[in-house]
Amino acid sequence: MEYAHPSLNQRSWLQRRDLYDWLYALALVAGAGIALVHYHSFMDVYDDIVLIIHVPVLIAMGWYWKPFRVFLAAVAAVALLSIWLYEGDLARAEEVFFLKYLVSSQTAIMWMSALYFIATGSYWLGLAARSEFAEKLASTLVWIGTVMGTAGLFVRWFESYLMGPEIGRIPISNLYEVFVLFSLITALMYLFYEQRYNTRKMGAFVMVVISAAVAFLLWYTFTRGAHEIQPLIPALQSYWMKVHVPTNFIGYGGFALAAMLGVACLLSERGILAGRLPPVRVMEDVMYKAIAIGFAFFTIATILGALWAAEAWGTYWQWDPKETWALIVWLNYAAWLHMRLTKGLRGPILSWWAVIGLGVTTFAFIGVNMFLSGLHSYGNL
Amino acid sequence: MQRGTSKALFELLSSMRFAISLLTVLAIASIIGTVVKQNEPFNAYLNQFGPFWFPVFEELGLYSVYNAGWFLVILAFLVLSTTLCIVRQSAPMLREMRSFREHAREVSLRQFAHQATLPGGLPLDAQRQRVDAYLAANGFKARSNERSDGVLVAAKQGSASRAGYFLAHGAIVLICLGGLLDGNLPLKMQMWLGGKQTTTGNQLIADIPDSARLGENNWSYRGNLYIPEGRSSNVAVLNVNDGILLQELPFTVSLKKFHIDHYENGMPKRFASDIIVTDDATGESFERTIEVNHPFEHRGVVMYQASFDDGGSTLHIAGRNLLHGPALPVLDLQGEVGETLRLNHPRFSYALELTGFTLFNVEDMGEGTTDAGGLGRLRDHLGSGAARPDSGRDMRNIGPSFTFKLRDEAGQAREFQNYMLPIEQGGRWFMYTGMRESQAESFRYLRIPVDEDGQIDTWFAIHNLFFDPARREQLAQRFARSSFGDSAEAAEPRARLAETGRHTLDLFSDRGYETVGRFIDTTIPEAERERAADVFIKILQGLTWEAWQLAREEAGMDALQIDEARAAYLRDTMAALSDSLFYESPLFLQLNAFDQVQASVLQVTRSPGKPLVYLGSLLLVLGVFAMLYIRERRLFVLLKGDAEGLLAMSSNRQTIDVDETFERHTTALRELLAAAGTATPESSATR
Repeated sequence: MEYAHPSLNQRSWLQRRDLYDWLYALALVAGAGIALVHYHSFMDVYDDIVLIIHVPVLIAMGWYWKPFRVFLAAVAAVALLSIWLYEGDLARAEEVFFLKYLVSSQTAIMWMSALYFIATGSYWLGLAARSEFAEKLASTLVWIGTVMGTAGLFVRWFESYLMGPEIGRIPISNLYEVFVLFSLITALMYLFYEQRYNTRKMGAFVMVVISAAVAFLLWYTFTRGAHEIQPLIPALQSYWMKVHVPTNFIGYGGFALAAMLGVACLLSERGILAGRLPPVRVMEDVMYKAIAIGFAFFTIATILGALWAAEAWGTYWQWDPKETWALIVWLNYAAWLHMRLTKGLRGPILSWWAVIGLGVTTFAFIGVNMFLSGLHSYGNL
Repeated sequence: MQRGTSKALFELLSSMRFAISLLTVLAIASIIGTVVKQNEPFNAYLNQFGPFWFPVFEELGLYSVYNAGWFLVILAFLVLSTTLCIVRQSAPMLREMRSFREHAREVSLRQFAHQATLPGGLPLDAQRQRVDAYLAANGFKARSNERSDGVLVAAKQGSASRAGYFLAHGAIVLICLGGLLDGNLPLKMQMWLGGKQTTTGNQLIADIPDSARLGENNWSYRGNLYIPEGRSSNVAVLNVNDGILLQELPFTVSLKKFHIDHYENGMPKRFASDIIVTDDATGESFERTIEVNHPFEHRGVVMYQASFDDGGSTLHIAGRNLLHGPALPVLDLQGEVGETLRLNHPRFSYALELTGFTLFNVEDMGEGTTDAGGLGRLRDHLGSGAARPDSGRDMRNIGPSFTFKLRDEAGQAREFQNYMLPIEQGGRWFMYTGMRESQAESFRYLRIPVDEDGQIDTWFAIHNLFFDPARREQLAQRFARSSFGDSAEAAEPRARLAETGRHTLDLFSDRGYETVGRFIDTTIPEAERERAADVFIKILQGLTWEAWQLAREEAGMDALQIDEARAAYLRDTMAALSDSLFYESPLFLQLNAFDQVQASVLQVTRSPGKPLVYLGSLLLVLGVFAMLYIRERRLFVLLKGDAEGLLAMSSNRQTIDVDETFERHTTALRELLAAAGTATPESSATR
């Protein structure tokens, strides 16, 4: 007998792809191909490999999380518009209206900053007034802000090559650039959970930490001129940087997200905003997920850092302050996960722990550069 | 030891509580290590902590926390604890991984948090078939157990999650072991057991005894290789505690050339050493270039571009008089960086330590910019990420400089930094020389103005006239004469002015503007001070101008006419004369020529634990992902034919998606097991 029920008839993952999935994949393959042909003279074999690996990774992300496809398409559109408007001449940033006020890198990042601030306000308004409209608006603004910021980084990459082929480099090598990266990654992670858990109520808290990062970014731009593109010092001229830095910021992003949910849990447990926030159980679940992904990527990032250190400094581990603090951060979250998974711990202790964990992480991220001296000082204030 | 005690010890060592305690201590120790700067010279610690705490902290190993015995012991215990934990967990966990628990009793299934009833009605065989198909389609492995009232299908997926535990925890052990191998434990052993002793760095390499030398067979070390251009080395220096050890290498490295490339804005772009490696055993020679991020390995020893230094550049220096009284002739000096020269003279005695030479100095010579306010400021920050041309910054290479120390007979040293070429500031050119009392301060600069020929000779000629008491009378007279002429009627005012001029010179040559100012404050009523200050300035300007003309006359040059540029030069000269009184050196050392010799500092390491650590790292990543992202799920489907069945689910993770998954399985299974064929129309369409 052939009894067939839909639940038995599991179509394979590939069979479940729709037309847009395939178009998206095709666009990525084509884009990577064009980039490989067009910019080949600027790339070494590692760049080629990294680019090629990005294609399946981004395809998988888009297939797994549908809105990511639209996001990436929008980023590509904005970045390409900007590149097209530049016509290979950096000076046009001052002359062309759309470059000056919309899609040059600095402007795009300013738009991101503004949109994130407004979104934060809108999330809080939504929470206070129980307005679904405000929350939807906030969510949309975060999406647009993230598109602008990501495109801004890509355009910045392009601009660095316009400044001179030898100056050209990926924009993830100083404190200014990684703060943009941090804001973007945290926002994307948040948007993912927002959709997965089908609630926009956590945005009010998560966007606070992103706004804080953006506020720092603006201070850093306006008082220190940190946004100016500088060429890479020899220590940073390595393909390891291109994998170490973004991986690290997925970690930081996850930890920051978890800490803000920790705050929300703690408030909710004390009856503050309790009726307006999602159930504590849900927020704790997101907190766990964020820490888990953060921890996994932070592990990879630290290992990549060690591999790089072995090549640049002659040893994979030498208890440099940055390394040591990375270890402390890692141990902290390893203990957190053990407590939750092995001991089954729940409740305010874990929330407090996540909040304090962000403090430790922040110190490892910025504090070490400010207060301690070591080899890893690429972002002095 | 009694069996009970050893069991209790085993329990303690392998417990998570013990591991967490160790980790906490480790974390705290690590924090101390980041706060107290590690491996500094012991003198620095003595200054920082004082004579009481210095030996205490030394005993505790705080100057080298990560190599301290107690730190290594904690690490060793961590390895032990993790290993025991794995040993303790492995048997039950392997059993758990293998077992389907198909013998689970219905009573215990009814205790599960996730359970639901399933409809009865279909024949047992049909039920089993459907359930088996469903489980297989959803990636479960199943085993069934027939019992008196039906059958239990026990299914599981994601058992690899448990393997993650072994991978991750085994990885920690591997990484720690590798780290211990590559740490300085082997070195410690050799010092304890092999009788090796550190020595101070103040000897020639050839004089260093065997007890401070480590042989080529040492299998783990990290040291520095300092090689000047054109020279070679086959021993690395290991800094241990406050001394050094020498590590012999199985090859000799010669430095052909060291390169520093710069970007247009002066930032360093590339550090590279062209080296020749000659193997001791085979005598083979080959050339390589080592760059930052591009190391080179030979015979298990990896060489890295770590740093660079001066390799003993020869400096040709002119010593120009800054003393008061009869001027000294210009002194010709020559020395290599690293050398100490004696400056002996009846009027002073110093040791001149030449400490460094820098070929390129890139400094921001911009004047800064005033920011637009409000929206204008925002507009300034829009656009591309490139620096704006009007950013107020101007990175320029201002040419070579050298540093030196002047140590007096009491042993007190001042540090100086002199630039070779004049530097432009606001359209005028100056020779810069910086001085500081200690490393903690930043340099204070004396700016000596450059004359119309681009030289500083004029300034020194004026200086020598100003500050030689024997010449002051002549200068004052000349000044008075040029104001009142030679006529006899003006003899009296002329004499008064000469007197005033001499007095002003006396005041000025004490502490410059400072003494003149103090004189005004103490002798002149407040209301008239400002006017008096103007008069003094005019007199000083006049004197300086006359000194300039006198110097030209004596050098056989024509007199000059004053103009705007020369007036500015006068002002700069006076400021520098005043400042020079605070410049604590009898001479200004002017760099005239140099032969640069660079040195490269290579780091050489041998780390046998590296493969172990890398393997551990790989396992760690696999383990972490397996533990966090492979979900272990067990489904128990108790089928009883006509009677109501039972579905129960367990998971090793209590997350919300467990609830969702359970609901999904419940709905699907209920539908599947619902009385005959409700789902057929749809399904036949899909087939």
